[in-house]
Amino acid sequence: MSAPVWNNKVVKWVDDRLPIISMVHHAAYEYPTPKNLSYMWNFGSLAGFVLVTMILSGIFLVMNYTPHADMAFDSVERIMRDVNYGWLIRYLHVNGASMFFICVYIHIFRGLYYGSYKAPREVLWWIGILILLAMMATAFMGYVLPWGQMSFWGATVITNLFSAFPVIGDPLVTWLWGGFSVGNPTLNRFFSLHYLLPFVILGLVVLHVWALHAVRSNNPTGVEIKTPQDSIPFHPYYTIKDLFGMGVFLIIYLYFVFFAPNFFGEPDNYIMANPLSTPAHIVPEWYFLPFYAILRSIDFEFLGIPAKLLGVLAMFAAIIVLFVIPWLDTSKVRSSRFRPVYKWFFVILVIDCFILGYCGAKSPADPFMGLHGLQVITVGQLATLYYFLHFLVVMPVVGKMERPKPLPASISESVLKGGANA
Amino acid sequence: MRKFALTAIAAAFALTAFANNSKASEGVVPPAMDWSWQGLFGTYDRAQLQRGFQVFKTVCASCHSMRYLAFRNLEGIGFNDDQIKAIAAEYEVQDGPNDDGEMFTRTAKPSDHFPHPFANDKAAAAANGGATPPDLSLMAKARPHGPDYIHALLTGYEEEAPAGVEMAEGKYYNHYFASHQISMPPPLYGDDVEYTDGTEATIDQEVQDVTAFLNWIAEPELEARKAMGMKVLLFLIVLTAMLYAVKRKIWAKIEH
Repeated sequence: MSAPVWNNKVVKWVDDRLPIISMVHHAAYEYPTPKNLSYMWNFGSLAGFVLVTMILSGIFLVMNYTPHADMAFDSVERIMRDVNYGWLIRYLHVNGASMFFICVYIHIFRGLYYGSYKAPREVLWWIGILILLAMMATAFMGYVLPWGQMSFWGATVITNLFSAFPVIGDPLVTWLWGGFSVGNPTLNRFFSLHYLLPFVILGLVVLHVWALHAVRSNNPTGVEIKTPQDSIPFHPYYTIKDLFGMGVFLIIYLYFVFFAPNFFGEPDNYIMANPLSTPAHIVPEWYFLPFYAILRSIDFEFLGIPAKLLGVLAMFAAIIVLFVIPWLDTSKVRSSRFRPVYKWFFVILVIDCFILGYCGAKSPADPFMGLHGLQVITVGQLATLYYFLHFLVVMPVVGKMERPKPLPASISESVLKGGANA
Repeated sequence: MRKFALTAIAAAFALTAFANNSKASEGVVPPAMDWSWQGLFGTYDRAQLQRGFQVFKTVCASCHSMRYLAFRNLEGIGFNDDQIKAIAAEYEVQDGPNDDGEMFTRTAKPSDHFPHPFANDKAAAAANGGATPPDLSLMAKARPHGPDYIHALLTGYEEEAPAGVEMAEGKYYNHYFASHQISMPPPLYGDDVEYTDGTEATIDQEVQDVTAFLNWIAEPELEARKAMGMKVLLFLIVLTAMLYAVKRKIWAKIEH
């Protein structure tokens, strides 16, 4: 499309000197978007919306929060009781974290199903994983700030993981803590970083959208835009679709905020941190549970590497492996819609992640789903094994062996044949 | 749209089932009670909260602190300014230092917090067989099943431990306490208070009332929250329906 002509003199004056209006017009108005995007493509913009909500509510929380080990818990309760609408701001922030992860996880699984990581979208995918990592660090440090029992003990368990590294482990943990246990210096630095990282995420999101606009959106067929008939302008078609999705999302999000604000939380975090009393079960927030299960499922040493270090490495590897899947996936076809075999492995992967989450929430020795003789740790180990097999074995092998269904010649052809329901 | 709705419903179910299942392992699950503040339209019963406050200040407050309760907050359970001043005047708080540098005690004002029964946690533990009675301000949010748990715990004492259970010195057997051995002696027996509104003070009545009060002090914003939530959700449902209509209109000419 040609460069827009601005009739308004002020707009033109500004745009001639800083073409920011043209840029926005180009990115949000003209951006040619596949006409067949399903509602699974709503979650990127939803995640962006939650990010802004989190930053805004967070800024107002900070105005009333005191980052000190002796005062943090009380200051949070003061927000809940004495600050005007403080309960609303805090519950928006607390539940927003869970909503952020729900949106991002759906967004990631959508990318996995439709092959959105494959060429030419590898860098777009990488930036997405970096966003996930930054989100995890931010969420973890944010959970420490109210200084409840789970804040304190979660921080203790997770930071202690770094002691698994040989030689540098113990000094590294002391350095992270700023002392010899989780304490006031730890709280202060986590607060500082919890304020910093969201802006890093914001910068990464800008790069993510930039990369997206360079390579264009993928779509349910995985077939690239070929002719102008395949695409429609982003505005008004996807702006209104995103707005509708946002309405549905807000109903769900705000239902939790107003009617079940502690649904995603652990009751123990309403007890002030007490270094002398360890909770019976230390569990991370739900969005970390699958990774926690992978960490704990390694209870054996291998090649002389101690179990703890192996567990830590496995946990990090669970995310690092995502960086290389553009090359692990050998299939020429992007969308799993046309991959009759891989499609089912994808379903297994999703179920596998839910099972890992369940295992992460339970004690390793508990019976799995109430089944006697089947321990959570055993199931967790099998689920961990599948998680890595999926990426390291299933992806390369199935990609080579499978015979994909015939692809539509173009997006418009698939649309005319009712391909959206295929 | 149909596919979208189905996906959304399936996701909601999976999420709920998953989240319910993923809570940390718990002890004995307390029976679910019918509380007035439950549900979308639930509200507190002011008379019950006032009775609960009476139980709290007569019985619980002799050992337990309530650090987030200021006398002025009692407005939330239906007391007027004069009543609050009168209630505050029943208590003495430490203030100071005065111009001579001395700490002194004075009658409490509505802006004061409810005084702690002990000078510090150590003193509290020393007076209670080594176990510090926990602060009660957040108890209804700080235990799985919150109010149901408090209700079950207060009524869950057994006179005799089951056969084969060795009780530690100074502990009481409680069916719902995690280790079943609790340091708190049974606090309520019935007729522990004489209710000012003439309600009969059976043990069950007292337990329900004090549980309601503890839930209120843990979630004093509950009524404002639910009332606002109703308006917000109604607005959003209408807005979303309208956005959907606009979306259909805009997309009407597009094959997709």
